[in-house]
Amino acid sequence: MSHTAQNAAETARTQNAPRPRGKSTLTAGQMPSWVWLAVLAGALVLGAGIVALMGGGDFNIVGWLIISAILYVLGMYITTRVMENRRKATDGLWRNLVWAAFIIALIPLVAVIWSVLANGLSTLIANPHLLWEDMGGAAGGDVKFMREGGVGPIAGGFGHALVGTLMITLFAALISVPIGLLTSIFLVEYSRGGWFSRAITFFVDVMTGIPSIVAGLFAFALMELVITTFIGDTPRHLQMVKMGFTASVALSVLMIPVVVRSTEEMLRVVPNELREASYALGVRKWRTITKIVIPTAISGIASGITLAIARVAGETAPILVTAGFVANFNWNVFDDMMTALPVYIYRQMIFPSAAQAPDPSIDRAWAAALMLILIVMALNLIARIIAKAFAPKKTGR
Amino acid sequence: MSKRIDAIDLNVYYGNFLAVEGVNISIEPRSVTAFIGPSGCGKTTFLRTINRMHEVLPGARAEGQLLLDGEDIYGPGVDPVRVRTMIGMVFQRPNPFPTMSIRDNILAGHKLNGTRMSKGDADAIVEKSLRGANLWEEVKDRLDKPGSGLSGGQQQRLCIARTIAVSPDVILMDEPCSALDPISTLAVEDLINELKDEYTVVIVTHNMQQAARVADKTAFFNIAGTGKPGKLIEYDDTNVVFNNPANKQTEDYVSGRFG
Repeated sequence: MSHTAQNAAETARTQNAPRPRGKSTLTAGQMPSWVWLAVLAGALVLGAGIVALMGGGDFNIVGWLIISAILYVLGMYITTRVMENRRKATDGLWRNLVWAAFIIALIPLVAVIWSVLANGLSTLIANPHLLWEDMGGAAGGDVKFMREGGVGPIAGGFGHALVGTLMITLFAALISVPIGLLTSIFLVEYSRGGWFSRAITFFVDVMTGIPSIVAGLFAFALMELVITTFIGDTPRHLQMVKMGFTASVALSVLMIPVVVRSTEEMLRVVPNELREASYALGVRKWRTITKIVIPTAISGIASGITLAIARVAGETAPILVTAGFVANFNWNVFDDMMTALPVYIYRQMIFPSAAQAPDPSIDRAWAAALMLILIVMALNLIARIIAKAFAPKKTGR
Repeated sequence: MSKRIDAIDLNVYYGNFLAVEGVNISIEPRSVTAFIGPSGCGKTTFLRTINRMHEVLPGARAEGQLLLDGEDIYGPGVDPVRVRTMIGMVFQRPNPFPTMSIRDNILAGHKLNGTRMSKGDADAIVEKSLRGANLWEEVKDRLDKPGSGLSGGQQQRLCIARTIAVSPDVILMDEPCSALDPISTLAVEDLINELKDEYTVVIVTHNMQQAARVADKTAFFNIAGTGKPGKLIEYDDTNVVFNNPANKQTEDYVSGRFG
């Protein structure tokens, strides 16, 4: 047996000795692998020439890159068409177009991160106290700062805004996570596709599209109604409506549909056979849901919730109309106004603390914007870590 | 431990569609009964009515009587969950709980119901069930590893061990070997043979040789045509059904002339 196999292998070797490189019938008619580099170089040189001619001495780098990219895509198509065939040329054209679309989509993201880093990072590094100080007395500090020629530490900080964002988002999550979770459990596990569940799904979809300012106005009106009905309607009571908790209600209006939708998707992908296996062991429905269905889907649910939190942490308008804006620390969401980070950025940019000295305010706004992006990124990262950590373990052999 | 099952004029519906009509059958305790028949003839549907799993699907219901040692499990006020603790089920595809270790999978029936037990009792149940499912030797060193890491045949035996861990009276098996290779199938069939010493076993299978190998009695289900209800055609000792069937349809089916 092994003898025959050996013979066969030898025959194969002698008959199919490797051909000289590039002569294989399988690779015949292909362009050399360096062609794309040549076309790229040509496109860049030609693009530079065109831009120099059009610009009249003043060289525009962005224009150069765009024109070179167009030239490269066209050049590759023509080259492939000439050197290979039409099918491969079309294939290459679409591949290049897809890549171009990907790069174009990436540009805004990179640009946002770059501009925030460029404008905010140096301020934040030079003035770390911005993270834990509030704006008490900052206006006077700003005027002094400008009078001294714009050197030295910037006054004030956005510690109170960090606290505000933290507390408002925390309470928004406390409201929306249980409601959202239970709603999606009802939709997936209890409703049997009746008109009620279809109505819920429809309204959740509608809620996803609610403009955030409307959510803010709704929360304001709701809390006003609650307070005037149950507490009182003197001006002092009406003033109470503007508090952190009202903003939490507004944010939870935005958050609930996101939580419902993502949790629903996650619960639906839990295989039905796991539920049946649990029922067949004589386990009740509620225990099956809490012990089998949710643990199986927990990674997706947790990351969905984290992403929903990240999504509402950056809201400005609904917080501005509900929680207002203050210059000092306030940890109590049920009493007095609160500042959130996005509102802080908006106020600092549009209404500088000291009108005659706006520069420190703008620097603080950029530093706060950087901090906000860092928070959102951290939440996204946490979502990924949660998804990894909770995912059912597959290996174990 | 082991109980008999009697179905009396049982009709099974999906919504308004009558899926299985007029089943009358008596399944003896401590025996293996096989349900055979072409696809769509209602054997799995009937099996699922025996532990009231059928009604988990929206709109599904059953009419008639299904007696477990003389007590109607479809009687008024009967809690389906209580029925299912007495009648366990093994499914077509192995479905260990992916979030649990092998040990927790075995204890799932107890733990999920909130039963408190000492570690010693739990260990005893785990070992007894795994030994009962011929899986102990293969997994005793990795009880803390996820059950989904086992091979398909091992997973199916894990599911059987999970079922016998709650000490049911009856074990229902819905094509338990259809996703397994011949070696694993043999292991499961050996196990079925041992299980009948203590349990009433009902098995649905598409494999007639398997029915001939493991079953004491065999029930043949058939369907007159698409959209018609499935019916129990013949129910007798396995020998008789395969070698000397009374009904022409059964003879055609077991001799391979259709289906």
